[in-house]
Amino acid sequence: MSELYKVAIIGSGPAGMSAAAHAARKGLSHVLLEKTDHLSDTIFRYQKGKHVMATPAVLVLRADCQFEAGKREKILDQWNTDVKAAGVNVKFNAEVKAITGEKGAFTIELTRGEPIRAENIVLAIGTQGNPNRMRCEGANLPHVQYQLDDPGEYTDEHITVIGGGDAGIENAMGLIADAGQNNSVTLLNRGADFPTAKKPNVDGLLAARDAGRIKVMAETQAALIEDGWLTVDTPQGQTRYRCDRIIARMGAAPPRAFIESCGITFASPDRTAFPILSPTFESTKPGIYVIGALAGYPLIKHCMNQGYDVVEFISGNTALEPADEPLLVAKLKALPGSRSVSDWLEFLRSRVEILNGLSPLQMREFLLDSEVRAYRPGDAVFIRNEQGSSLFGIADGSVKVEVDPSNPNITVPIGEGSIFGEVGLISGRKRGATIRAAEPTICVEIPRMAALKLMSQVPQARETVNRITTERQVLQIFKSGLTPADIQEVLATSEVIEVRPGEPIIKEGDISDDLYIIRSGSMIVEKDLGGKPVFMSYVPAGSYSGEMAMIERAPRVATVKAAIRSTVVKLPADPFRRLLSRKPELAKRMYDEMRARKEVNEFIESQKEQFGGAVDMYSSVANFLIKQGIGEATDVLLIDESLCVGCDNCERACADSHDGLSRLNREAGTTFANIHVPTSCRHCEHPHCMSDCPPNAIRRGPDGEVFINETCIGCGNCQRACPYGVIQMDKPPPKKPPLWEWMLFGKGPGPGQPSYEWRKKAAKAEGGESPKLAIKCDMCSGKAGGPACVRACPTGAAIRVSPDAFLSVARIEKVT
Amino acid sequence: MSQVGGHTERVRHRTHEGFLRHRSFFWAQVATALCVVVVGVYFFVARDLAEPPNGGSWLGYLLGTMSAGLIVWLACLGVRKRVITAGHYSLKAWVSAHVYLGLSLTILATLHTGFQFGWNIHTLAYVLMMAVIVSGALGVWAYATLPQRLHGNRGETTRRQMLDTIGSLDAQLHEAAQPLDRAAADVVRLSIEQTDLGGSFWKRLTQSYGDCANRRALARLRALPAPGSAVQAEALTKVESLMQQKADALSLARRQMGITALLEAWLFVHIPATFALLAALIAHIVSVFAYW
Repeated sequence: MSELYKVAIIGSGPAGMSAAAHAARKGLSHVLLEKTDHLSDTIFRYQKGKHVMATPAVLVLRADCQFEAGKREKILDQWNTDVKAAGVNVKFNAEVKAITGEKGAFTIELTRGEPIRAENIVLAIGTQGNPNRMRCEGANLPHVQYQLDDPGEYTDEHITVIGGGDAGIENAMGLIADAGQNNSVTLLNRGADFPTAKKPNVDGLLAARDAGRIKVMAETQAALIEDGWLTVDTPQGQTRYRCDRIIARMGAAPPRAFIESCGITFASPDRTAFPILSPTFESTKPGIYVIGALAGYPLIKHCMNQGYDVVEFISGNTALEPADEPLLVAKLKALPGSRSVSDWLEFLRSRVEILNGLSPLQMREFLLDSEVRAYRPGDAVFIRNEQGSSLFGIADGSVKVEVDPSNPNITVPIGEGSIFGEVGLISGRKRGATIRAAEPTICVEIPRMAALKLMSQVPQARETVNRITTERQVLQIFKSGLTPADIQEVLATSEVIEVRPGEPIIKEGDISDDLYIIRSGSMIVEKDLGGKPVFMSYVPAGSYSGEMAMIERAPRVATVKAAIRSTVVKLPADPFRRLLSRKPELAKRMYDEMRARKEVNEFIESQKEQFGGAVDMYSSVANFLIKQGIGEATDVLLIDESLCVGCDNCERACADSHDGLSRLNREAGTTFANIHVPTSCRHCEHPHCMSDCPPNAIRRGPDGEVFINETCIGCGNCQRACPYGVIQMDKPPPKKPPLWEWMLFGKGPGPGQPSYEWRKKAAKAEGGESPKLAIKCDMCSGKAGGPACVRACPTGAAIRVSPDAFLSVARIEKVT
Repeated sequence: MSQVGGHTERVRHRTHEGFLRHRSFFWAQVATALCVVVVGVYFFVARDLAEPPNGGSWLGYLLGTMSAGLIVWLACLGVRKRVITAGHYSLKAWVSAHVYLGLSLTILATLHTGFQFGWNIHTLAYVLMMAVIVSGALGVWAYATLPQRLHGNRGETTRRQMLDTIGSLDAQLHEAAQPLDRAAADVVRLSIEQTDLGGSFWKRLTQSYGDCANRRALARLRALPAPGSAVQAEALTKVESLMQQKADALSLARRQMGITALLEAWLFVHIPATFALLAALIAHIVSVFAYW
């Protein structure tokens, strides 16, 4: 029987490597299992020369391997040296197949070689090393591979690349880059288009296809793999062709099935959920510890600290203070009452309803992202119309909501344990009311990302937030002196529905009478006039739709469909009608509003009689803008092509007001009629770029602008996530000589973004390495005059609009 | 519903008006009012003057000072355009004022001359000023009419994409020419290596591309004797179609450059004439005071 190790560490990324190094330094019997033949595969696979950053800067590194920001190569060299110096027992090419046994006697089966026995296991496998596999017959043949390290190593082969994402296209293009290699390359794509790939990649691929250098098979899937041959299913039927090598690039996912097979439970069935862990990183399977990205910590420093900590815990040091303890101490220092960090954590957890379901470890992580603040009576927590998307929980005391903007004395209380600010969190709109502390109060402010994480991890928190949100939204929309008690009957039967873009919630002519509240996203209202759908109006989040049919008991008069992915709350008609009969004030309010909407409808119909073309035009322009993502924009730059002379002064102004890099591309982008939507940030309501930012560097500013702050680590996630291609990765150019020197003596590159050549030369002269960071429009945040692109347009072609301002019926005359 | 009132928002230039219509022709009204007042005063005062009206009278000095001040301010647009400061300003408003006040100079400065012209530095300054104004008027015409054509021509293609298309067609030509014999390959090389996209400003403006290498290559290709093998015949057909595509791509890009050149052409008079005017203006003022 083989040796029984005290601890087996699976995965040699920053977390696993750090754990192994510490185990080695402590003299613990250990083994580090790595699937590949080198350490830290995820970092290894970063592109050559990539600058790796070390954030969060305030966090102290506690590990036996060193780490500071620098080039990929330097960091990997350092780690190799550290691992060797520590005397780590590392086993390369050791892919784990299964884990069996119990604490004290686990058996780890490998795909190759002897099983390994260990008392404890540390899982540090991250989420990257698990590519989606091929599933057709023959997928296990040796010529099927999931990575391409060096395209130059293959010659005279028939190679099939599977996957129409960036990885697949880049691999395929790499293989045909040198015609001398004489490879015959085919790319298989499951769909007809390449929606996930970057445009330059797709353009390059299609050009290569047109030039006959590569074969692209769309809507095709592999059916059978044989030695030297591949059979595929095409829309025209099966076909079999020569194939010596298959490179499958079909994405990656956390290896959930494997982890669950070890006996570990996840927090929820959500695809992005993480395993449930104790404060010592122990999973629900005693003896198996989970750290690093798989535990939900994507940053290198976190990972390395956890590697150190978990080894301390396993060797019995349960009193170890976490490395983030000083951060939390600093965060909680200013609060009244001298509690210890763990007392504070417990205080908040037990008192704030939505935090009840968190484990102490989750609480710690949660508090690192959040802020705890004490307020004196009368202090404003936030002001009406402020931009803000964070959620507040009341741990102690109570607050009052100023529901009437004209009279701050009319307030509604919210008590201890409850939450507020949830509308901003869910709909991304501005704060609807001012909220002040009613007594000495302690609140925890949870940023949007942390709140969403919380809701996905703790079902109880999600339900609570949903329930409170619906109740408050109904009260806020209908006002009219309604109280929570009045609407309980309506809420009891309400239903939260997710709507896909373009999907109707109400169809014209249908017999249905429910009322809908738009919780997030936005809707467009269309009416069929003479066989053509005509755009009527735009319904933003926080508004309602469908009242006409409910009140008049008539068929639907227009179609309401989602402009972007939206969430609506369906309120059934009958309880609502009963509510109307009980509350004449509400009924009057709704009648008035309905009359106004009807007038708009009639106006459009009458216009249609008079000059049909104009309405069609307006309708199609509106539809075009919605398609361009204006529906989710809060502020977008449009260019009137009938005025634009192409001087590019907008781009120059942008570059000159932002470190010399232009954040907009005037020429690129789409055009309809004379409206051009340049490649420039739309400041989406729910910014796609924010969805996966490891340092949480993307924020929304006071004027609604979405901006990237200085903690950006240059990972490029936001660039990939943005569907409008408005984020670029670049480093700011060196400082230019002043403008007058250029004007008088021709010194420097002149106004605007300097040419690549000038930047390269100037950067060389200046010396020093600067990383490429994410750069995007910040709407000229902090500049009194507003966006420079618009100010600098000589002809008035550039305008900035918000969707409700632009898509209003009042504009109909303008289009004629 | 969306909230109004109490916004912390900064000023946004939402109004959708071109530079000519800016603020409902505010600067056109100002300029017109200025001209009307000046013309009225001129004819009212001119009756009472002892000598025929000229720049030396008090009215002449007044008009001269106003005109000179306007000229200097109008010239400052070139600086305003390039200095991107953070404050409240709108280049559109500047351009609007520049156009209308610039046009009003025709009245102001003409009245300043008192209709006395001669072969001297004073009239030179006047002529240069008129040249600047006339070229500017052409500019206004260009800015008001050409953008439609410019964008109609390019559709959604960017300048970069136009160049890339031609580059990619060249690469395809290169590949397709591989099976060809020497004579045919030379024709392809002519198209790839000798084709000049833009050329001089004059060439771009007048769209004179009669000697375009791609066009010559296409003509020579069609005149070649029938190829020896089927492979070569196929390659030749492909090359011909590629060259035709290239000809189309070239004419699109050249049309684009032509319109852009037209948009810029007036500046070649406007800007140098402005500098000449500033120099002549200084000479005019110095000489007037020197011979006083």
